Amino acid sequence: MKLSTLLRHFREGFKNIIRNGWMSFASISSIFFSLFLLGVFVLLALNINSMASNIESQVQIRVYLQTDIDQQKANQLENKIRKLADVSKVEFVSKEEGLELLRKNLGQDGDALLDGYDQESNPLPDSFTVEVFDPQNINVTANQIKALNNGDETKPITSVKYGQGTVEKMFKITNAIRNIGLIVVIGLGVTAMFLISTTIKMTILARRREIGIMKLVGATNAFIRWPFFVEGALIGIVASGITTAVVLFAYSELVHLNEAELGLLMIKLIPVQDCGWKIATLLIGLGTLLGVWGSTISVRKYLKV
Amino acid sequence: MLIEMQDIWKTYTDGTHALRGVSVRIDRNEFVYLVGPSGAGKSTFMKLIYREEVPTKGQISVNGFNIGKLKPRKIPYVRRNIGVIFQDFRLLPKLTVYENVAFAMEVIEAPRRLIKKRTMEVLDLVGLKHKHNSLPAQLSGGEQQRVAIARAIVNNPTVIVADEPTGNLDPETSWGIMNLLEEINFRGATIVMATHNKEIVNTMRKRVIAIENGNIARDEARGEYGYEA
Repeated sequence: MKLSTLLRHFREGFKNIIRNGWMSFASISSIFFSLFLLGVFVLLALNINSMASNIESQVQIRVYLQTDIDQQKANQLENKIRKLADVSKVEFVSKEEGLELLRKNLGQDGDALLDGYDQESNPLPDSFTVEVFDPQNINVTANQIKALNNGDETKPITSVKYGQGTVEKMFKITNAIRNIGLIVVIGLGVTAMFLISTTIKMTILARRREIGIMKLVGATNAFIRWPFFVEGALIGIVASGITTAVVLFAYSELVHLNEAELGLLMIKLIPVQDCGWKIATLLIGLGTLLGVWGSTISVRKYLKV
Repeated sequence: MLIEMQDIWKTYTDGTHALRGVSVRIDRNEFVYLVGPSGAGKSTFMKLIYREEVPTKGQISVNGFNIGKLKPRKIPYVRRNIGVIFQDFRLLPKLTVYENVAFAMEVIEAPRRLIKKRTMEVLDLVGLKHKHNSLPAQLSGGEQQRVAIARAIVNNPTVIVADEPTGNLDPETSWGIMNLLEEINFRGATIVMATHNKEIVNTMRKRVIAIENGNIARDEARGEYGYEA
């Protein structure tokens, strides 16, 4: 194809959007509304996901030691735990700190209940607080820590706790929320595709005659297809550009409002600069693809004239 | 030999026998009227020439191409040598007069400067140079048909196929169109025109091919219409 012909196709693609003003408007609107919904749900899903991760990251393992354990043995154990693959952080909590913590957690009643206990009579053992990289697999690490007792006559670890049962239930819930979010987003994506392809099919149906005339004067299929391709891509880019701007603007306003009215939504939203690019790439990429795809399949259908 | 049909049969999928064994030869620079009752097969005859339809049986060649066996990829290139004119003009409604005519030249990837020069030249020939910026809807029927003719001849085709080009026009406008077609024929193009206009056929006295029931009933060198109007 000659360069001048390629330029001609781009010119025609542009002009066609203007010439078919209302049809272009209909296509842009349908892409806008579909992508807008999709964008809102993706943002919702991203935030739910970040919230779920946030909750999950608070899960930790408590490792309780024998009450009469010496400092050297405790240090050895700490090093062993630190070397386990999934462990991100180990913190030694002495029995004194443990008592203090317990007192705090019990609140008002703490002082009364724990009144008789002092440094000498402290019934609590020393312990470790262990955090892991992958909270979903926390039980594996917990079992590995338990296994450190094996081959040690003194059995220094008395118990390993991570909220067994409760943690599993919580993961079930966060995973379910994630899956529902994903399904909704995919469902919206498919709906958007149908809506957009129907609109574009309608606009091209109106131009079936046009395509027939082009064929009669001897236009090749490629020659007919190109301006439609350009037109579809442009409509997709324009529509998704507008959508992205609207979605991100509204979201950033929401984030600001949430920060200003501190905890309006009781949660911390992902800042725009962290998710803006993801949303923009997704929406504009998808919009362009949908525009091109819609016009390409529809033209192909009518090229058989 | 420009157009040659040998024992052409055309049966549509609904079982209609549009043509039943038609054989005909049309030479370069001829002017041929195609007459006959509605539904006799005139339109099918023309559609075969510009390869909108393929024969069910038989051989047809146009400009030396075996049209029936043409690969789909090659169809556009054959059509560029055939100008087609319809009763309903078939202009692109959103394009100006100039753009409608220029489109046929863009298709053959002619240089832009040549497109401009030749398009204006042809619009001048059909008497519509001054309306090159109008849209088809702003023109009268006769003017729209002139634009269609300009589009059909802009690439200097060897054949012009016209399916009742005066069917929607009043007598005076029709004569204007006929003068134009005669001029184009004089300049070297072969013209095959289907018509129901008795007056035109009887006045111009060109070759007349009458099609009835899918067969050629008459083929006369300086023929007459031969039916009641």
